[in-house]
Amino acid sequence: MVGCELSRIAEQFERIRAKGEKALVAFVTAGDPFPTRTADVIVTLAEAGADIIELGIPFSDPLADGPTIQDASQRALIAGMTPPKVFDIVREARQRTQTPIVLMGSWNPALQYGMARFAQDAAEAGADGTIMTDLTPEEAGVWKSVSDAVNLDTIFLLAPTSTPSRMALVGRMASGFIYCVSRTGITGAQNDVPSDLPPLIEAIRPWANETPICVGFGIHTPAHVTTITRYTDGAVVGSSLVSLLYKERENPNALGIVRDYITSLKAATL
Amino acid sequence: MSAIDLLDTETTPFVSHADKLGHFGEFGGRFVPETLIPALDELTERYEKAKDDPEFQQAFAYHLREFVGRETPLTFAEKMTAELGGAKIYLKREDLCHTGAHKINNTIGQILLAQKMGKPRIIAETGAGQHGVATATVCAKFGFDCVVYMGEEDVHRQSLNVFRMKLMGAEVRPVTSGTRTLKDATNDALRDWVTNVRDTHYIIGSVVGPHPFPTMVRDFQSVIGQEARAQILEKEGRLPDAVIACVGGGSNAMGIFYPFSSDASVRLIGVEAAGDGVDTPRHAATLSMGRPGVLHGCASYLLQDQYGQIAEAHSVSAGLDYPGVGPEHSSFKSRGRAEYASITDLEALDAFGWVARTEGIIPALETAHAFAHVRKIAPTMRKDEIIIINLSGRGDKDVDAVMKNLNRLNAA
Repeated sequence: MVGCELSRIAEQFERIRAKGEKALVAFVTAGDPFPTRTADVIVTLAEAGADIIELGIPFSDPLADGPTIQDASQRALIAGMTPPKVFDIVREARQRTQTPIVLMGSWNPALQYGMARFAQDAAEAGADGTIMTDLTPEEAGVWKSVSDAVNLDTIFLLAPTSTPSRMALVGRMASGFIYCVSRTGITGAQNDVPSDLPPLIEAIRPWANETPICVGFGIHTPAHVTTITRYTDGAVVGSSLVSLLYKERENPNALGIVRDYITSLKAATL
Repeated sequence: MSAIDLLDTETTPFVSHADKLGHFGEFGGRFVPETLIPALDELTERYEKAKDDPEFQQAFAYHLREFVGRETPLTFAEKMTAELGGAKIYLKREDLCHTGAHKINNTIGQILLAQKMGKPRIIAETGAGQHGVATATVCAKFGFDCVVYMGEEDVHRQSLNVFRMKLMGAEVRPVTSGTRTLKDATNDALRDWVTNVRDTHYIIGSVVGPHPFPTMVRDFQSVIGQEARAQILEKEGRLPDAVIACVGGGSNAMGIFYPFSSDASVRLIGVEAAGDGVDTPRHAATLSMGRPGVLHGCASYLLQDQYGQIAEAHSVSAGLDYPGVGPEHSSFKSRGRAEYASITDLEALDAFGWVARTEGIIPALETAHAFAHVRKIAPTMRKDEIIIINLSGRGDKDVDAVMKNLNRLNAA
């Protein structure tokens, strides 16, 4: 960040650390399953204890997503979701919660919107950072500088295949947090947390320059969250939340069920 | 002074090469999940070594000669030339390669690299099925496990090729997401690679995808243009005036274009699929009608909506039914080194039968697009001018689909 006070994401991690907690990061796809109520979902997640919200920008051809989030993206696109509407959701949610919101998606929609304009509109709407799943640090030079100019954190990913030189590069470029992928693969719920994760996090730590490390992909039970947050700064839950929302979409108490799910996961970080 | 020496003095060098990260100017690069980057680095390093390794190059040449049957002839199309009454037309006969198309040149190169990298499992995407067949073929020959992703729509359109792949021991996975065509097969192949990258090599079938694929596939396919250039110099004592090829992802076109790219006098003409027409939403004319963007790991021209969602491509030919194109073609277009035309489904179907009747060769529907364009431009050229067309594949696989389409047209 360029010589200003801490970003909302950095502040949140300070607060969590001070309380001796770990972060719960929750992902939802913008516009799914409720085309016009994603802001309500975000506020519910925040109130239930999610420390950071990842808001998925739907893309027609996402390489990093498994069937659950692919399908959610398709449904959202059919219902008419666009980047301007994603910014509207952020704007609406921001009036009701101060929980950090990170936009997550594939690179082409941001590129077509216009890189600088995308960063500026995202920041103005109240977003705090971005995760572009197919934008590696090598290709992100301009994106990093336009994001820095509007105090938008740039979150990059690392994976079990990442070499030390990749860890160093991401450590230099990332702000907000580093998103470490739990296993080689795409998003989607799995039964187990991979056993090679602790040494991976240990290897990344020296390169992270104090930037928090959160782990995602495959995490969906309180037990997973407890295991992961023993050695990381936070756990990301995505596909399981997206499929729970979809399953309960006709249920008048859908948000209540989501609240209970998130509360149970947050309790597991403590 | 030989003809070749004379020519050298006329040419303006045109150098097209990617930078270290695979950028052809604003196109190319690597836009993939982080998990894949180390595998792409390893592949780049192995490929760079192989390029300068005489042993690797000898093995590549050996298999192209003994297994693929190269070199392929450059056939003078006598009747076609007479009928069109203009430029002399030569056919570069990639239809005579083992498996019936140029695709095998690339799969031979990549399977030799996979051997060096010690990865026992191969995946591929396929549209028309020619690349799938070429991949299944080298996997059978060199002893690799093989999974081919193919859009469900294409599985129906190209059932003969599906059966050929299965015969050679490959598993064909029908892809049911999105438009169920080549674009979606490529998505699923890339997702498989992200998941199984440690023991799997992904043999991309065209000059698309993240670096080093566009460069590497071009180099493996350049054997087409190298042979054609030498053959025409031998037959005619001079270079052609135009080289023409169809463009889906663009591997047969880049393979024949690239060795001519420094010969300024040679027009390079790529022919895209116009489907129902470029003035309709149903076409696959990416370079003619698209805008730059990012898909399948590289920056290139794309068919997309105003928000960057990828549009559905349409072509009667499964191999051209793709909303992207190789980044080096985008670079050739923006630098004016190649020109890109388009041909409708109807024109291609008509050319399919015309080539069969005129030359006794049933071309692939993809290739029929290039012939349809030759049919337009050859009559406008002088009789002492020369066209080389890349006859990229044979059309046996398409006979069923063409029959159905012609019946439909006759009924209408």
